[in-house]
This record gives sequence, C-alpha cells and structure tokens, in this order.
Amino acid sequence: MKLRNAFLAPTAILMAVTMLAPLAIILVYSFLTRGAYGGVEPPSTIENYTRLWDPVYATIIIRSLWIAAVATALCLILGFPLALFIARSGARKNMYLGLVILPFWTSFLIRTYAWMFILRDTGIVNSILQSLGVIREPLPLLYNSGAVILGLVYGFLPFMVLPLYATLERLDPSLLEAAADLGARPWDTLMRVILPLCAPGIRAGAILTFVPCLGTYLTSDLLGGSKTVLIGNLVQNQFTASRDWPFGAALSLALMAIAIGLLFSVRRRGEELL
Amino acid sequence: MKTRRGLALYALGAYAFLHVPLLILAVFSFNSSRFAVWQGFSLQWYRAVADDSNLIESSVNSLIIATAATVTATVLGTLAAYGLWKRGSSWLSGSLYLSLVTPEIVTGVSILALFQWIFRFLHLRLGMHTVILAHVGFSLAYVVVVVLARLRNFDRSLEEAALDLGATEFETFWRVTLPYLGPAIAAAAMLAFTVSIDDYVITSLVAGVDSQTLPMVIYAMARRGVNPALNAVSTLIVFSLGVLVLLSERLRRA
Amino acid sequence: MASQSVLELRQVSKAFATHRAVADVSLEIPPGAFFSLLGPSGCGKTTILRMIAGFETPTSGEIWLNGECINALPPYQRNVNTVFQGYALFPHLTVQGNVEFGLKHKKRSGDINRVNDVLKQVRLEGKSSRRPSELSGGERQRVALARAIVLQPDVLLLDEPLSALDPQLRKQVRGELRDLQRRLGVTFLFVTHDQEEALSMSDQIAVMNAGSLEQVGTPREIYAQPRSRFVADFLGAMNWIDGIGVRPEAVSITSQGRNASVTNVSYLGSFCRIEMKLETGEVIAALAPPGTSYTTGQAVCFTWNREDEIHL
Repeated sequence: MKLRNAFLAPTAILMAVTMLAPLAIILVYSFLTRGAYGGVEPPSTIENYTRLWDPVYATIIIRSLWIAAVATALCLILGFPLALFIARSGARKNMYLGLVILPFWTSFLIRTYAWMFILRDTGIVNSILQSLGVIREPLPLLYNSGAVILGLVYGFLPFMVLPLYATLERLDPSLLEAAADLGARPWDTLMRVILPLCAPGIRAGAILTFVPCLGTYLTSDLLGGSKTVLIGNLVQNQFTASRDWPFGAALSLALMAIAIGLLFSVRRRGEELL
Repeated sequence: MKTRRGLALYALGAYAFLHVPLLILAVFSFNSSRFAVWQGFSLQWYRAVADDSNLIESSVNSLIIATAATVTATVLGTLAAYGLWKRGSSWLSGSLYLSLVTPEIVTGVSILALFQWIFRFLHLRLGMHTVILAHVGFSLAYVVVVVLARLRNFDRSLEEAALDLGATEFETFWRVTLPYLGPAIAAAAMLAFTVSIDDYVITSLVAGVDSQTLPMVIYAMARRGVNPALNAVSTLIVFSLGVLVLLSERLRRA
Repeated sequence: MASQSVLELRQVSKAFATHRAVADVSLEIPPGAFFSLLGPSGCGKTTILRMIAGFETPTSGEIWLNGECINALPPYQRNVNTVFQGYALFPHLTVQGNVEFGLKHKKRSGDINRVNDVLKQVRLEGKSSRRPSELSGGERQRVALARAIVLQPDVLLLDEPLSALDPQLRKQVRGELRDLQRRLGVTFLFVTHDQEEALSMSDQIAVMNAGSLEQVGTPREIYAQPRSRFVADFLGAMNWIDGIGVRPEAVSITSQGRNASVTNVSYLGSFCRIEMKLETGEVIAALAPPGTSYTTGQAVCFTWNREDEIHL
C-alpha cells in the first residue's frame, strides 16, 4: 500500500493545487467586493449573487442555456443516424469512426476559424452568392446566435457520435430480429427497441455536449460578435477588462452549479466515468 | 434496402459537413488573392508564415509547453491510475471528475486567481511555468481516464503470479503491468499533447506577456480580420496533427 | 513431530466480511508428499492455498514453513510458488521469459542451465521462444509449472490446475504430474474438487467442507474408512442400508440374500449400474459386469461382505 500511496501523491497534490485550491479561492472571492484597481477587498457581501438575477445578466444566462440546448439537440438529431451508419458498416467500422474522430483531433480553434472564413461578409458563401448574382449585398451570416450554434454543432458532433456509437455497437442484433419477427417495421423497431436501449448513450452524449456548450468561450467570441455574449464571455470579461473579480467568481460558480446539477440529475447507478 | 442507401447518403452528407470546412481553408491557403475568390495558385501565404517571427516563436513555445506538460501528465497520470485501480480514493476520483466537467473558462479564471493570490507572497510572475502547471492540471484527468479504462481489463492474477515468483510490488508494476499498459499510455500521451497544444482559453489567462502560444497568436489573427496567412497556418497545423494521429495509430497497431 | 513436516497450519481461520471461509484448520504436510486438499466449491480450500502463498492473511492461527512462521512475510519472500488456475502466464513474455521471470541472475550459466533443465522436464524444449498465445492449453499449463518449479520452492501450490483441460487430456496429465512430482521430490499441495483426481494422484488427502477439515488420510483410508457421512458421500457413490454404508461395487447380486426389485439398468461401457428398490422402499445401487441384463421390475437378491461395511 505504500507504493500505491506514493503513486497517488503527486497527482493528489497537483489536483489540490490546480483544481481544489483555485475553486476554494473563487468561492471566497465571490463573497467579497471588487477592489479599486482590480482584485478583491474585505467587505463580504452576497451582492454578486443577487446581481445574477438582474435582467441584463439573466438574459445572458438564459441565452446561453437556450443556445446550448439547441446545439445539443441538433448534435443528437444529426449524430444519431451517423452513429447508426458506422455501427452497421461492418468491417469498415474503424475507418468510418476514424473519419469522425480525425477532425476532432485537430485544433478546435482552427475549426472555429474555418466557419469565420466561410460565413463572413467577404467569405466563401457570400462571394459565391454575389458572383452568381443571387444577392447584391453580403448576407450577415456571421456574428449572430445561428453562427454560434453552427460552430458548436460542428465542434461537438464527434462528442455526441462516440458514446452513441459505443451503445449502438453493443446492441444485440438478435433483439432487432426478434422485433421484426413480432411484426415491427423498421421505424417501429427504431422507436420502440433501439432508442430506449440507447438511452444511456444518449444521456452520456447529451451531457458531454451540453456542459461544454454552456460554458463555451471561443465559439461565441469568434462567431457570435458583441451581440451574442454568453456566460463564458461574461466571465472572461470580468477577469480582464471589467476587473470585477467577485462578480466573475459568482458567475463561474453559478455556471458550475448548473453543470454539476445536470450531471447529478442524469446519473444512474453503475454508470461511472472514473 | 432503402434505409441502408438512405443512411449511407446521409453519412456522406455528414462527413462532408465535418471535413469540407477544413478543406476549404486548405484550398484557399494556396490562393494568390486575399479574397475568397479563386485567382490562381500561389505559395505566398506560406512564405509569409515562414517569415513571421511571432508565429515561429509562439509555435516553439507551444511545443515546449505541450511536451513538458504531456510528459509530466502522462507519467503522473499513469501512476495515479494504477494507484486508483489498486484501491479507489473517492476524493481523488471526485477531483479528477470535477476537472473534466468544469468549463474551461472557470478552470482558467480560478487558476489565475490562485496564481495572483500566491504572487502576493512569492515574487513570481505569470509565464511559461504557470502555463505548464495549468496544462498538467487539466491534462491529468484525461490520462487517468484512458489508462484506468485499460486497467479495468487487466487480469489481476498476473500481478499475483509476479509477486508469487519473487517480484516486489514495484517490480511487478514495472515488469508486468506497465508493458500491458503501453498502448493506453501512448494514447493518453497523444490526447494530452493535442489538448495542450490547442488550448486557448486557459492559456490566454495565465500566460503573461512574454509567453505567447500559437493558439493565442492565431486567435489574435482571427479577430483582426481577413488574413490569408491564417489559412496557411491552419492548413499546416491540421496537416501535421493529422499525420501525427495517423502515425500513432499505425504504431499502436504494430 | 512438528519438525518433520515441511508445511504446517496451526489452527488457521479466515473470516471475510460476509462469511467465514476457513474455520480452525490444522494440517501437517510431510516433505516430498503429493498432498491434496479436496472439497466442493466454497469449502475454503482455495482460501487456504492463498493464505499459504501470501495473498490473504489469516484472521487467526499460524502458518509454519520449514520451522519458520511465515504469517508476516509478503508473497515474494516466501519460498512457496503457485500454479494458478488460469495459469497467469505473462502475455508479453515468451515461454523462456516466463520461466526465468523469478530468477535473480538470468545471465549466469547456472541459472540458464536450470531453465533448460526444467523446460526439458516438462517437455517444452524447442518452444522457448513461443508466446503464451501460440500455445495449447496443455502447453500453457506446463509453462506455469516450469515457471514455479525452476525456483525450487519448499512447497509447490497447485490451484485446480487440471480443471481447464479437456477430459481426455486431464487423465493423461494426471499421470505426468504424478511422475514429475516423484522425480523432482518437491512437496505438492494440490487443490481440487474432483475426487477421482485426488484419489489417483495423492499420497495423502485432506477433505474439507464449509471451511472445516473433515478428515485427513491416505486415499485408501479416506475411501474405505470415511469418518463422516460427508466424506463417505463425497468420495464416491454410497448406499445406506439401515444406517450401514456399503459401496455399490461391494454389493453383489446373488441367488440368496435380501430381496429387491430392479428399477433401472444403466450401461456405462465397462460396467453396468443396477438400481434396485428394497422392500422398505429405499433405492440402492450395485455394479455388475457389462454383459449383465436385467429387466425393470425383475426380482433379485443381493448381499455384501461384512468387511466392506462402513460404520459411522
């Protein structure tokens, strides 16, 4: 056992330093007041939390929840048929799976930039439409919620496909044969057998997608513009330009609370990650 | 079967959606004009990249940080996964899980807050070392998950056999379990490396003025507007990472 | 007396959170013996083996090896070695690599010779560069044996090593294992649930049931003079007539004796098993030559010799 403790020690220390201590500090800061030159000052207060209900900030939180939900739903709807295809592709399964994972391995930042290049006023879509004479002025495709959702779906589709594929792959084909034998058409089989059995994979994929979408920073920053400020951007802003660390801290903890609350609400016994 | 054809067609569309944007970037990186209209083949943007000292320097920084963070996280994470497999620790598992589900922005600002607080007592500043520390912090959980998954399939009686034959606990780990973990460790290192080299959010918060990383430079270029050199950089990065992934898959199968 | 045995268990018990696996077991195992621990699954025999190897700690009691108490020693400091039920061969090492794993000085010519010797003993010379995945079940078992033997342990522990083999192979390997043990002179502690195995291979058998020791003795003693109903029934088929035990092979169908009517005849190749119903309604079995034929319902008489009776 001494060996096991020695093996765990460095990671334990690092977790305490990079994860637990910082969160503790943030927690403390969220109850303090902003300092004159940034940082925090003594008078403890809950004002940072009450401010969250202010319409300006509440709008941002609701917008973030909405965008994350839509992106997750789209990932699910778009990802499920793809996962089904891969699971049924027989010998080429690994290749098809690899083709989904490959873009994921490249840079998320660059993948987000790609949509900037495609959607902006001087981008590909507008250039083609203009040269075809379909439009005269460029369409404002970028810097709105739609672009953000598109960027999120593009970024997190692999996150959704992988757990869906894992569940579909383990599906016992004889169950589908039994359903057909008992008279179910392909659509019935899908609705009444496949989807219910895939529920764990769907849950896993949905959480794996929703939580990062909720806390997204890059996608909304690059594709959303100043009109689409989400929680992530707001937090970043408090710690840099606005220099209101206590409020930023409260926001961060609110974000974490939502994420963890969601994770707990869909957890089932036996489905552990670590 | 009609559904089979429909599904295949759909998959084609999905794969196009996933890959075409990057292909577009690649194609236009060879465009001689700076606009999104093809006007001829040119390597000028690649030459611009090669001449950009900022880009080169930040790439070097990124490589140094990613290598240091990957080595550290892989070694420590593997040991931790083994320790957890021997006997669980709910608080350590809990913090690793927390590390995975915490949004990047929250991780970033909280680590920044910690550093600023520490710097009141120790005379240090933000720099490469703070970035590396932060990167190791968020990479550990990924390594542990990958290695632990492989450990769950490991036959414990192999370790008992080694002990029975005279190997101490450490010798057993070194001579029997570690060889078995080889592929998982390689996969975990790959994962840690890509996560580190691509990180923008956390790095930008804790980097300080002297240590620009490649994502930070790319981000600045992207925000500034049209810059075809960015297409060239992007293509280079995507290509090299892609090659790296394929190579490591080959090695893994061998 | 104590100094004569190579391995001694003194009132060893093992209690787990849910149940008591071993209850107050004392054993003395003489050097050079082929000693079997026999019993049904869950009787505690594997737990005893693991305590001797060092993978479990006794809740109470002591384990003495060659005059030294080894309770506190970790597995790698005990001079016992185990042949695991699944063989536990290291997949990333060759046969050679597996066998020399426990040797401290693999380059020394003395040790190299030992490895080659042992491989010859188990008839695996020529296969030393193969990987476990390339071997058959029987070959893998021999590697597990070689790996343990090469370290010259005081006692070799074998955890149901034949249970993973095909029935045909099992019989052949039984003989080989017995011969190997005699040649090496190493003390074997053999765990099994198969009474035929234990009877055919052992010098002494310890029968266990639900954590306790039922009886220790030679195969003949245990079979012919069982001291409890459990041992009598476990070691082979048993008829109980008016409280007296008689083995089916001791019952002969004759012209004079007690009355019974035949209920079933099973042809088993080398002999027939005749089931008969007594006047009292009990059913007993007798063995008869393969050519015998009786019809169901036929009235017969049977008897047995007094010296074959088992009284408890």
